[in-house]
Amino acid sequence: MTYRVHVRVMPRGGLLDPQGQAVEHALSSLGFGGARDVRIGRAIELELDAPGPGEAEQRAREMCDRLLANPVTEDYELEVEAR
Amino acid sequence: MQRVAIIRFPGSNCDEDTLRAAARAGTDAYYVWHRDTDLKGADVVLIPGGFSYGDYLRAGAIARFSPAMAAVQRHAAEGGGVLGICNGFQILCEAHLLPGALMRNARLTFVSKPALVTVENTRTLFTAGFEPGAPLRLPVAHGDGRYVADAETLARLEGEGLVVLRYARSEDANPNGSMNDIAGIANPEGNVVGIMPHPERAADPALGPADGAPFFTAIAAPAAAASTPNAATT
Repeated sequence: MTYRVHVRVMPRGGLLDPQGQAVEHALSSLGFGGARDVRIGRAIELELDAPGPGEAEQRAREMCDRLLANPVTEDYELEVEAR
Repeated sequence: MQRVAIIRFPGSNCDEDTLRAAARAGTDAYYVWHRDTDLKGADVVLIPGGFSYGDYLRAGAIARFSPAMAAVQRHAAEGGGVLGICNGFQILCEAHLLPGALMRNARLTFVSKPALVTVENTRTLFTAGFEPGAPLRLPVAHGDGRYVADAETLARLEGEGLVVLRYARSEDANPNGSMNDIAGIANPEGNVVGIMPHPERAADPALGPADGAPFFTAIAAPAAAASTPNAATT
């Protein structure tokens, strides 16, 4: 089976996210004063062959733990979708 | 003569300055391409600054898996000296040779200017030639220099005196918002050191202040190494 893996990597809560802050200020100056706690992460998508969705997810978690996310500063979520 | 390997990645840009500073200090310095698996008998490894792999994903995240880095891991595990400068520091953190991580500067801008730092740990292979507390003026040039670590790691770094360089605690001295004004750290053995400032850019008196030169002369004279704490202030 082929799976599409969607990975969402976000800066860990509590750590300063200067990009999020800058965008929050920009939104505010555009009149979107209600936008709060803006945080900026990254989305990664990839395709993967695996015997089943469990194995695909397991493989994707290993990728996140080793390379796609930094365990010191980031958290990730992933979704596995059958193609 | 001490053999000093300078690891070159695609995107390294301080490799020549680093080689020149090491050679000028009296070492046998040479390049090792990141795809090489052999450090060619290096006593010390220097990982220079730059933007390895374009800083894609995270600074240092991809370089850390280069074949040469596997050799650097073994070299470090055997007690060999490793100094990461700027991007080299980022690579050492990504490789888990040093704890913590380097994130985007707090004010988002790329900072390129002289920074005032103090040498807090003189028990490392690379800082053995300094007096404890010595003030240095060293260039910094980075966009991702904000050192962060969890509270436990930070307490351990401070408790064990592993902070090697700290930005002077005057107003605006910290260029990137790093935790505890940290500019560089060492492992407990003192053979692996990572620093954001660039000593190789301040190592030749013909080009200005040479506050960074002792990082390289310490390599050339290994008797002043970490194994003899506090014996190296001559």
